[in-house]
Amino acid sequence: MTATGFLFPFFIFFGITVFLWKGLSLNPKEVPSPLIGKAAPEFTLPILNEFDARLSNSDMEGKVWLLNVFASWCGPCLVEHPILVNFAKTSDIPILGFNYKDKPQAAVQWLNRHGDPYERVVLDIDGRVGLDYGVYGVPETFLIDGRGIIRYKKIGPLTQADVSEDILPLIQELRQ
Amino acid sequence: MTPEIGHFAIILALCVAIAQAFFSLVGATRGYVNWMAVSRPSAYVLFFLTAFGFCCLVVSFLTNDFSVLNVASNSNSQLPWPYRLAASWGSHEGSLLLWVLMLSGWMAAVARFSKEVPKDMLSLILGVMAIVAIGFYSFLLLTSNPFDRLLPPAMDGRDLNPLLQDPGMVIHPPMLYMGYVGFSVVFAFAIAALISGRLDTTWARWSRPWTTIAWAFLTVGVALGSWWAYYELGWGGWWFWDPVENASFMPWLCGTALMHSLLVTEKRGSFKVWTVLLAIITFSLSLLGTFLVRSGVLTSVHAFATDPERGVFILGFLVFVVGSSLLLFAWRAPKVGLGGRFSLVSRESALLANNVLLVVAAASVLLGTLYPLFLDALGLGKISVGPPYFDAVFVPIMVPAMFLMGIGPIARWKKSSVPELAVKLKWAFAIAVISALLMPFAMGDWSILVSFGLLMATWIALAGLVNLWTRLKQMSSGEGRTLLGSFLAIPNAYYGMLFAHWGVAVFIVGVTLVNGYEVEKDVKMSLGNTVTIGEYTIRLDALKDLKGPNYTGVEGSMAILVDGKEVDRMFPQKRMYNVQQMPMTEAAIDTGFTRDLYISLGEPLNDGSWVVRVYLKPFVDWIWGGAFLMALGGVLAVSDRRYRRASQDEENRGEKTASS
Repeated sequence: MTATGFLFPFFIFFGITVFLWKGLSLNPKEVPSPLIGKAAPEFTLPILNEFDARLSNSDMEGKVWLLNVFASWCGPCLVEHPILVNFAKTSDIPILGFNYKDKPQAAVQWLNRHGDPYERVVLDIDGRVGLDYGVYGVPETFLIDGRGIIRYKKIGPLTQADVSEDILPLIQELRQ
Repeated sequence: MTPEIGHFAIILALCVAIAQAFFSLVGATRGYVNWMAVSRPSAYVLFFLTAFGFCCLVVSFLTNDFSVLNVASNSNSQLPWPYRLAASWGSHEGSLLLWVLMLSGWMAAVARFSKEVPKDMLSLILGVMAIVAIGFYSFLLLTSNPFDRLLPPAMDGRDLNPLLQDPGMVIHPPMLYMGYVGFSVVFAFAIAALISGRLDTTWARWSRPWTTIAWAFLTVGVALGSWWAYYELGWGGWWFWDPVENASFMPWLCGTALMHSLLVTEKRGSFKVWTVLLAIITFSLSLLGTFLVRSGVLTSVHAFATDPERGVFILGFLVFVVGSSLLLFAWRAPKVGLGGRFSLVSRESALLANNVLLVVAAASVLLGTLYPLFLDALGLGKISVGPPYFDAVFVPIMVPAMFLMGIGPIARWKKSSVPELAVKLKWAFAIAVISALLMPFAMGDWSILVSFGLLMATWIALAGLVNLWTRLKQMSSGEGRTLLGSFLAIPNAYYGMLFAHWGVAVFIVGVTLVNGYEVEKDVKMSLGNTVTIGEYTIRLDALKDLKGPNYTGVEGSMAILVDGKEVDRMFPQKRMYNVQQMPMTEAAIDTGFTRDLYISLGEPLNDGSWVVRVYLKPFVDWIWGGAFLMALGGVLAVSDRRYRRASQDEENRGEKTASS
């Protein structure tokens, strides 16, 4: 074995270390949604406070819009809510509220108490549409483009960083 | 005050470690006898201080001192006291304190039991261990202090994770750590050999017992973890190729290779460079395991703290220790001479092949464990690697190693021959093949996998018997002893090898038969319902409410019937722990030599019935029985009289010089 051959183990170790170092800044628990890049699943749902009216996702065609899954019983939703309220004031992107497995009356009271950033709120009382969207926790937020394709999904409460670093740039991009 | 005193003891211990490292290493390389004399006493002081600090933490747990953050996070006043004791090592911080306790314990042991090691070598060895110690003590004090206070104190604690409230979980970490940390000894021996340039058969003789004991502890630790998972998790599985499990298995594989490699270095002076490299690799894998389970780099069902900041520290430490060791290796190893030559068919060859196979197996486990990280870091997506990969890759690599286990002990050193081996082993092989072909019929269906597994196991067992028989015959007729005399004259090390290899055979039998013939039934049962599994009929007779010290629950009373007659009664439980509100299954297991009957309660259904899981697991306890036999073999090997004789000679020489 040549003298440099003895360095072989060191180089292998060094290679592994580089990956371990990189791994410290990654989050293995973060699983990207398989729906990104795919068409948003169809739905037609009743609207909060509008008796007998229905909204379907095709009504949103041509617009870039946010779908925010929330519920009155959800704690973290309260944490992200001010950010949504602020977003609604500063942006012309419509936010559709997706009331998930909730009682409409409770949702009304919750929105009255904490502010209503939503253009409309649809009711998914039994959670079936949420299932199609891969919702497994609340809150979740989707960004959907004019052709109805899901471009972004956030699981968990939205932070200001999510809005400024991910959502707004993506909206810029989609507008072009 | 107690936590502060404990904290101070650990700070002092770090100072002692720094002094020890400095004086030992500089003293040994410069030949300052006075400085080298520091190494042994400082090891004892280090251990004393660490043990004292550890006791302070334990006292805080036992006295329910909820002003200590660690106690408040991991204990509770309702927790039974043995688990309060175990909770002291149940958290990341506490387990690190256990680690340094073990490390200082091994250092003290090395200081105590190395009379025949020259002073400068011993200084180097203890100095290297002290450097490792500095890393861990600093890590503990700077990022993971178990003595942090919680002010104002909590009213009560958050309780120990119910999964850990179990006897198996109490001893599993200490055993495991004794193994992990124990490999730091042979690592230090290897570094000392590289630094001093003294790498010879004597060095191998010193290193072997330390390696074997550490290996035996690690074997027990891994086996306990597996057994615990089996009876506690409620699904009857015993190995999941989880990253944390792999983190303990890789050092075990390399440690096994190291043991065998050291044996060749001692007996024949060969494999020196390879042995030193293996010693470094084995301990590096221990350290890598520590990193993996505490840094959040991999997802695992039992990762400890997932804290990237701590991960940075450990990674830095890992890079320093392993990186400098491998650089030292690259620099000094080329100067080490080659040992004796050997032919293609010889015991050396068999052991070399064994080593290569074990290391390749360890590398394949490492690849599978780190692969998700590699892909994610390269932006190639997120995948998980599980049993399909590991089973497909690991088993085929181990098969040749199992085959060689029969041949190695019988082959002669330096030069053996195939015809000679064939003559000795032909009956063993023939009987193994026949029994492997026939035995599956006794269990039920015949399958090639079962048959092959049994072939390997019987081959190993019979080859061992042939080996023993040959040796006994040689000793009794050749050297004129009685049969009993021959038995007793054979050194313990030999029995150690036999038992360890038979342990592997037993293990293989367990795995093969469980995988081949286990039966699982998931059924819905209300009172009076029955389910049949194998020869048993199980009837749910009653469900009663339970109240434990820190849990409530439901206990089922299941009658076990064979041919209509009740032979046993089993009581599976479903508990809900009060503080953490965590449901736990306490499966009822009837352990038998040839099978386990395993009943666990699943979920209650709306109509008052329960989902019940019933398993019949043939020979499953042979899995852990085999591991226990392996560890026993290790202990036997270490108890061999030549290790005691060597120190006896030293004492005799000491007496002679004293009296002359």
